[in-house]
Amino acid sequence: MFKVKEWLRNMSKSEKTPVYLDYAATTPADPRVAEKMMACLTMDGDFGNPASRSHVFGWKADDAVKEARGHVASLINADPREIVWTSGATESDNLAIKGVAHFYKKKGKHIITCKTEHKAVLDTCRQLEREGYEVTYLEVENSGFIDMKVLADAIREETILISIMHVNNETGVVQDIAAIGELARSKGVIFHCDAAQSAGKVEIDLEKVKVDLMSFSAHKIYGPKGVGALYVRRKPRIRIEAQIHGGGHERGMRSGTLAVHQIVGMGEAFRVAKEELVVESERLLGLRERLLNGFSDMEEIYINGDLSHHVPGLLNISFNFVEGESLIMALKDIAVSSGSACTSASLEPSYVLRALGREDELAHSSIRFSLGRFTTEADVDYTIELVRQKVEKLRELSPLWEMYKDGVDLSKVQWAAH
Amino acid sequence: MAYSDKVMDHYENPRNVGSFDKDDNAVGTGMVGAPACGDVMKLQIKVSDEGVIEDAKFKTYGCGSAIASSSLLTEWVKGKTLQEASEIKNTELAEELALPPVKVHCSVLAEDAIKAAIEDYNSKSAIVVDAPEKIADAG
Amino acid sequence: MCVYLDHNATTPIDERVFEAMLPYLNGSCYGNPSSAHRQGRESQQALQYAREQVAMLVGVQPRQVVFTSGGTEANNVALKGLMAVADIGSALVVGATEHSSVLEPANVLQHAGYPLTFAGVEGDGVVSPAEFERALAEHQTALASVMLANNETGVVQDVVQLSEIARRRGVMMHTDAVQALGKMNVDFDALGVSAMSLSAHKIAGPKGVGALVMAKGLMLQPMMHGGGQEAGLRGGTENLAGIIGFGAAAALMQHGLTQRVEHYEQLRERVEQALQCIDGVVVFSQQARRLPNTIFFAVKGIEGSTLLMNLDRDGIAVSSGSACASGSGEPSHVLQAMGVDDSLAYGAVRVSFGNGNTMKDVERLISSLQQQIESLLKLNSGWT
Repeated sequence: MFKVKEWLRNMSKSEKTPVYLDYAATTPADPRVAEKMMACLTMDGDFGNPASRSHVFGWKADDAVKEARGHVASLINADPREIVWTSGATESDNLAIKGVAHFYKKKGKHIITCKTEHKAVLDTCRQLEREGYEVTYLEVENSGFIDMKVLADAIREETILISIMHVNNETGVVQDIAAIGELARSKGVIFHCDAAQSAGKVEIDLEKVKVDLMSFSAHKIYGPKGVGALYVRRKPRIRIEAQIHGGGHERGMRSGTLAVHQIVGMGEAFRVAKEELVVESERLLGLRERLLNGFSDMEEIYINGDLSHHVPGLLNISFNFVEGESLIMALKDIAVSSGSACTSASLEPSYVLRALGREDELAHSSIRFSLGRFTTEADVDYTIELVRQKVEKLRELSPLWEMYKDGVDLSKVQWAAH
Repeated sequence: MAYSDKVMDHYENPRNVGSFDKDDNAVGTGMVGAPACGDVMKLQIKVSDEGVIEDAKFKTYGCGSAIASSSLLTEWVKGKTLQEASEIKNTELAEELALPPVKVHCSVLAEDAIKAAIEDYNSKSAIVVDAPEKIADAG
Repeated sequence: MCVYLDHNATTPIDERVFEAMLPYLNGSCYGNPSSAHRQGRESQQALQYAREQVAMLVGVQPRQVVFTSGGTEANNVALKGLMAVADIGSALVVGATEHSSVLEPANVLQHAGYPLTFAGVEGDGVVSPAEFERALAEHQTALASVMLANNETGVVQDVVQLSEIARRRGVMMHTDAVQALGKMNVDFDALGVSAMSLSAHKIAGPKGVGALVMAKGLMLQPMMHGGGQEAGLRGGTENLAGIIGFGAAAALMQHGLTQRVEHYEQLRERVEQALQCIDGVVVFSQQARRLPNTIFFAVKGIEGSTLLMNLDRDGIAVSSGSACASGSGEPSHVLQAMGVDDSLAYGAVRVSFGNGNTMKDVERLISSLQQQIESLLKLNSGWT
């Protein structure tokens, strides 16, 4: 462990830290969050096991968990008893989808989801297919939105669950979960919504919106990694089968010693997010406009995802005739990604952009800029300059750009199979 | 992804970027890959009457390894005869650049590119040099 | 100042562990380990470093360590994940005194159609080889799970011998080593098991992180799908600070085991000596091989929860057994499996030592115990 520190020191000496514009992948903890968490990690703090009922260490830890539960519930206008702690949004998605599927399997075995969902939803659905469930993967429009009629048509007698995310992690497009909720409720189908990318960024009011299960993550909004929550509606009561058993924590829905410092950190992150939601959204929207304006006179750039219903801090752009990975390499002084962090290591173009109808070339040329709480105007200006310069350099290198400039219609070219 | 210093060097300072007139009889052009796959390489060679590659230029759409592979290739082929250039193996490129396994296909593409350029030159020129068999299978 | 003697429930974080976690808590190191940019790569490297630290403590290769959200998840994924890849109709054997995070998944599996057999324990809490063999032979057993050390009694099972029996019968063996880690030598290969569960918060590391250690080439069905982290075995963005803390805690546990054991043994001896002088005290599993830090006892005629409450008032934190069952009002299933009478089991109190406990703490415990027991017995005799 001492080596880690030493290594970090060396790191910080070697090169300057890139400007971080990958807040959709993860965020640094807010200092207020860090402070609260640290107080749970020391001997004189709330280090106890909240399940310990026989001493003050346990009671204090339990109180800290209760307060955090209140903060999370408050951001989404829910009852604290509707919050189940998990190890992150991936676990929440797994618990919600498998939990409903297993509990209601006698009622039906059909699930509806969408092609642009996060892997945590898609891979879980694949697993259920192996267990004998049937899953419909809805197409999206080029804007990224789901066509409500297509969704309505997909619902059948034996449909038990619709799982549609609130904000897409790659494009930032916001789905109309109020409409989906109305439709699902009217058909008696449970509606699960992955809100890992939306909580704290767009308003969520679960008194008004008919979502039955909702997944949350702490580390996407300045809380710690490794903790999340699942909202489970009480009225009407939604039942799920637990996926982790033993000890009966979280009213039997999720066992395991509660990670008090993590939970407290998530609670504080959600409290701060509620406090700053309106002001911060406006600021981020301003920064995004600034970023977009900085690129607006560039040739052959394409915005991925409709900006009319969109999370404020995210911008996904394809720079045509430039390959995404080489662009990211060229942009090593800013930390951005070509899409989801989870698929960073793969060479496949983004399945989300493909689902939006983007040709492979454009899907290969995409960059996701995601701005956040610590992004400044200077960061944005620096990014604009750097991106323009590097895109120009790479286009000079690009045979496709040359052909485009020579007036060759690339779609008519016969490419050698490779 | 961790790249070797050599890849970074070629990527940041690519050698011999540019184009020749593809209709020039002394020029051979190889264009391989496809945009949908994420790589397109254009390699051009200028060949002397003696069958020696005098100059080479490239343009590449692709990842850092693809750019580095083609950049390195232009350095290697200059001064070589067509026969010598046609014998360059992708493994040599991959080794020189210390490409990770997932990027070895970039060096394969580069080998394809030089073969395609030589073939293009040969098809224009009267002098037929022993070209390697089975060009189509490479890659 | 309170005296904390409930380290089997959870432990305070060691200061050095806290220090190692700090950059990952306060926002100075925060990249997603899956991201390709520098912040991401730094996190990935730190993650691998922690994996090496944990691997080293139990003598395995780093790639054999799969990080989870804790011991409970590790036990769940071991049982369900291994049974899911076993032949249809295969059976499961678990020890009768296992932690609920083994017992409950076992029950769920039984409901799903996998025959379940319990390996019973002797009066001292030990699973005998003969009983284990009997349980394995009951059905076509695919997997057996017996804990290395019990969380309530501290009893250490002879996993080396049991896993040898399992191997002879072609049965996979899992052991829950959550309580054993840091209090005795835990060497994965020497134990001869296929899989082993660990937790950080029992070894002065943070809560919310654990690991499943797997034998090379072992296959199991993951429980958390999506993202492909942990070589596809456990999806989800990694609990970076937690894992760094686990690694640091493991590195600390690497040293000073002999001294720790000796120290705990001295403390335990002093407490047990004092307990012997009190009428009606029974120390459970006293003759069995136990963890040096654990004392599980009961006083005839005294209800455990009352005694705990009074001790708490004196500033001494102990428990009645497993924290998970705390407040349930049921007598310990561990004691029931050992054939202990319910009336005595209701009086059970667990004292468990950890980092920083001194003889002074023990003296405070003893004087408080003597006082409280005396006054409670007086109160009881007044009623009768």
